This record gives sequence, C-alpha cells and structure tokens, in this order.
Amino acid sequence: MSQVDAKANRPLSPHLTIYRPIITMVMSIVHRITGCALFFGTLLVMWWLVAAASGPDAFATANGFFGSWIGIIILFGYTWALMHHMLGGLRHFVWDSIHGFDEKPREMLAWATLIGSVSLTILLWIVGLIVI
Amino acid sequence: MADMTTPLKRVRGLGSARSGTDHFWQQRLTALANVPLIIFFVILVISLAGESYEVVHDRLASPWVAIFLILTIISITHHMRLGMQIVIEDYVHGEPQRILLLVANIFFALIVASASIFAVLKISFGG
Repeated sequence: MSQVDAKANRPLSPHLTIYRPIITMVMSIVHRITGCALFFGTLLVMWWLVAAASGPDAFATANGFFGSWIGIIILFGYTWALMHHMLGGLRHFVWDSIHGFDEKPREMLAWATLIGSVSLTILLWIVGLIVI
Repeated sequence: MADMTTPLKRVRGLGSARSGTDHFWQQRLTALANVPLIIFFVILVISLAGESYEVVHDRLASPWVAIFLILTIISITHHMRLGMQIVIEDYVHGEPQRILLLVANIFFALIVASASIFAVLKISFGG
C-alpha cells in the first residue's frame, strides 16, 4: 500500500457534531464566537469615534443608526457579547490559578458565565434607559 | 563550525514555534487590562446614550476620558488581534489563505486602532 493511500484512509477522530452538547463545551464555543463578533464590533466603536471627530452631521448619522431598531438590537447583542466574553475571560483566570477544574466547579463556572452575562446585559440596559 | 546545541536546549523555554509563552502572556496581560477598561467604556457609553453632539464631544475631549479611551483602544485591538490569529490558525488550513488572513487580521487591528485613536486625539485637541 502506498503512502498516499495510507494517508487518505486514515481514520478521522470523531468531530464536534457527534458529541452531546455539554455546558462547558457550549460556553467554550460561545466564548470564541463572541470574541469574533467583538472583533468586528470594534468597527462600530471606530465609526462612533470618527463620526464624533468629523462633525455634527457625521455624528447625527451614526447616532441615527445606533438609535434605530436595528441599531438597538445590534448594541444589545454587542453588550451581551462583551459581558459574556469578559466573564468567560475571568473564568479562564480562575483556571490559570489552577482552580475550578473539577466537575462541579467547572459546570458551576460555565453556568455562572451564561447567567451572569445575561443578567449584566439586562441590568446595564435598564440603567441605560433610566439615564436617558 | 557545527551547531553544538542539543535539540532540548534549542527548544527549552521558547518551544518549537520559538515564540515561547509570549502570545499567551500578552493575551492574558491585555485580558486583565480589558476588564477595568471595558467597565469604564461601558459606563462612558451609557452616560452618553442619547446625548447631543456637543455633550458627547465635550466628554470625549476631557483629558482622563480621552486617556483611558486610548488605553482601551490599544488594549482591545491588541487582544483581538491575538485572539483572531489563533482562530485563523485553528480553522484555515490552506497555506496561502492562512497567511493572507493573518496579514489582514493585523492590518484590520491597526486600522481600527489608528482611526479610533486619531479620532479621540482630534476631539481632544479641539478638532
């Protein structure tokens, strides 16, 4: 048997889709997805700052978008992604300190990330709406 | 003269990629900085929600706000560049595509950082 055939027939390891989703795995994937979303989200921060630096007209355009329904939905999602990624990062700091690897703590941390991010997002928006 | 260094000596400390723990260290360093900086940024944005151009402009022009905004921009754009680099290395397997995306990632981060910092400075110096 040639080398090429051996390589082509090499068995593949089971991939993500065959596993039953568990909370730690889902939170790990969500951490990566929110990270990617935040990467592109910096375009909005850049737009807001550059608009404020450009003058009243450019600022009004940006503000109009952020105040529209689509803008509000994006900013709400942005807030959640930010909170989720931040809490997920803090979870990694706990692991960096060689704590929280056992079954109970790691599942507790995963749930805390999810519940914490949703709660913080809602709390921040309530505060925001009161301020306005 | 032949290299007398043993493979173990060569790899120790810096690993096979020769960059050692530098990526990990910078990723964690910016992650740590991001926590207070993002809290500051979120509070700033909420306090400015719905405000007029003049109010936003004045707030962004005040020195400490501008200074911490610039620190926030530096820290998050560096952090996101490191993170996206790992995502590209994990999922993009073709050599040309991978190199192209790694370059695009660096350009993207630097453009976002430069434009945002320039905007803050322009507002601060009365633009």
